[in-house]
Amino acid sequence: MDLSVINPILLIAALMSAATPILLAATGELVVERAGVLNLGVEGMMIVGAICGFAIAVESGSPLFGFFAAAVGGALLSLLFAFLTQVTLANQVASGLALTLFGLGLSALIGQSYVGIKPPRLPDLNFGLLGDVPIIGPVLFSHNLILYFGLALVAAVWAMLKYTRVGLVLRAVGENHDAAHALGYKVVRIRTLAIMFGGACAGMGGAYISLIRVPQWTEGMTAGVGWIALALVVFASWKPWRVLLGAYLFGGITQLQLNLQGAGVAIPVEYLAMSPYVITIVVLVILSADKSAAPGSLGRTFHASN
Amino acid sequence: MIRLEKRPQPSTVFAYATPVLAVLATFFFGGVLFALLGKDPVQSIVTIFWEPLFGEFAFFYRPQLLVKGAPLVLIAIGLSLGFKAGIWNIGAEGQYIMGALFGAGVGLAFYPAESALIFPAMILAGAFGGWVWAIIPALLKVRFGTNEILVSLMLVYVAEQFLASMSLGLLKNPEGFGFPGSRNLQQYASAHNAEIFAGSGMHWGVVAAMIAVIFAYVLLARHKLGFAIRVTGEAPRAARFSGVNPSRLILFCLGMSGLLAGLAGLFEVSGPAGQVSIDFNVGYGFTAIIVAFLGRLHPIGIVLAGLLMALTYIGGDIAQSQLGLPAAAIQVFQGMLLFFLLALDLLTNYRLRFGQAEVA
Repeated sequence: MDLSVINPILLIAALMSAATPILLAATGELVVERAGVLNLGVEGMMIVGAICGFAIAVESGSPLFGFFAAAVGGALLSLLFAFLTQVTLANQVASGLALTLFGLGLSALIGQSYVGIKPPRLPDLNFGLLGDVPIIGPVLFSHNLILYFGLALVAAVWAMLKYTRVGLVLRAVGENHDAAHALGYKVVRIRTLAIMFGGACAGMGGAYISLIRVPQWTEGMTAGVGWIALALVVFASWKPWRVLLGAYLFGGITQLQLNLQGAGVAIPVEYLAMSPYVITIVVLVILSADKSAAPGSLGRTFHASN
Repeated sequence: MIRLEKRPQPSTVFAYATPVLAVLATFFFGGVLFALLGKDPVQSIVTIFWEPLFGEFAFFYRPQLLVKGAPLVLIAIGLSLGFKAGIWNIGAEGQYIMGALFGAGVGLAFYPAESALIFPAMILAGAFGGWVWAIIPALLKVRFGTNEILVSLMLVYVAEQFLASMSLGLLKNPEGFGFPGSRNLQQYASAHNAEIFAGSGMHWGVVAAMIAVIFAYVLLARHKLGFAIRVTGEAPRAARFSGVNPSRLILFCLGMSGLLAGLAGLFEVSGPAGQVSIDFNVGYGFTAIIVAFLGRLHPIGIVLAGLLMALTYIGGDIAQSQLGLPAAAIQVFQGMLLFFLLALDLLTNYRLRFGQAEVA
């Protein structure tokens, strides 16, 4: 075992990359849940985004176009969930599970002909001299566009929820859909848009895994990241900046256990690989005492006749 | 414009009709999917749903229906108890793995001793393994209010890693020439879950599934606990006022579903699968969720739904080898079924009215 092979600066830089898929998916789900909808299909939307992004990036040769396609794919799949829960008023837990099961199958079906292919690489942004600054350079200025997009997204969602009218309406719908309806807001329409936003974010998160993190296509490659993102929203008490904090925490754990595997620590690989999931449970337990932050109408079905 | 009007009572007609309608809709859209994949849709559907039952080699496939159906029914029965009460155990896959590991572990510990007591001990260990894995989210929910959906799901990934570790380490066959995977329990008479009647596909897991169905039926229809489960699901506040203890219910529902999933894993590993290996689990724990809903969370319905799902697995295998239909297409097909079921369930609780503009 040789821990000195783990370079803390590279670890932090890699942590930011490892955190990005969770960050994107969790930020999207945060908006969905603030609108009062619990979409358990994040894993399914991520994996569909992962293959859509991968396939389009390979076919077009452009990774950015791939990310765009991933967002579209995720949003289209989320429309199925929106239809089930908003139009046919189905149970949100069951519909979310259905979305995940369906998404896993669909992605495997689309992905058959893409196994073993290498996708085009998304280059890191060039910040010129800034990238050469010791420590700060490699940590902050050595990443690709999507990673910065993720950070910007958190800031944008935070500002949107806190300062804009759209955010206020969204939160009103999530806190009390009957009151929002009485005020004349289109609950179903707002929720559908929120669900699609969540789907697009999850799709991009998935594409980040298949195009940048891994980068190749294997069935079921999201391996529970979507579920961790769901846990992260609870962990973050439905607050955007805390999602960022949580995502970096999980990104850090994921990256650290990978580095420890590489460094040949005496702990068997399987037990290291378990750690992100076990830590998710531990964090959920510690933070589950406080449920007051949850949106009031979360998970409840809305129908104007009630 | 179509308007929805809530029915005062859920429609009994549609409660029975929606699963049938959902299956028909899935046939249709599944056919479209198969056509898009360049396969003859009618031939595909016939291959999947007719061939295993009445085709030339039906004598070979029919027993498979029991082999594949038993774990699905066993797990789905457990899940349905919780789902009825609004307690969501979606980590049955993990409980299934742990049941198999505990059970196989006990069996292999006695190798090569032969005794009639070994298999019963394995059954107990398997049930215990599944129960333990499900009681973790239950205790966390009762004690700390932690979300059982997320915890039970996280434990699936933990269990999968544990399975990998066991099949490469502790339970690895010492005479296996270094290949991963345990000794084959089919070659160890005392630990083998053999067919009760040769060639029938009926092993002890099928018997356990039948017992579970009867047990669940009696529980829900005749027992106070079953009543508590139903009331909690339909009116949680009323349940609390009538003295139902939510904590006890959570522990029971999650524990029981874990126990049954563990049993399913044990019967699988000691019978059809034969050994602990890295890819031992094939998603029964997740498919059982579809089975539970398709069976309308009713024991008899679950039996029918379980057999139908088993049929898609078997027919899917045949279609894969004969028509080159990808395995993932069957997975999509199963997912579709759940979608249609959830969507059509609208008709059970609401009436469609035509006319008048939308208000929402």
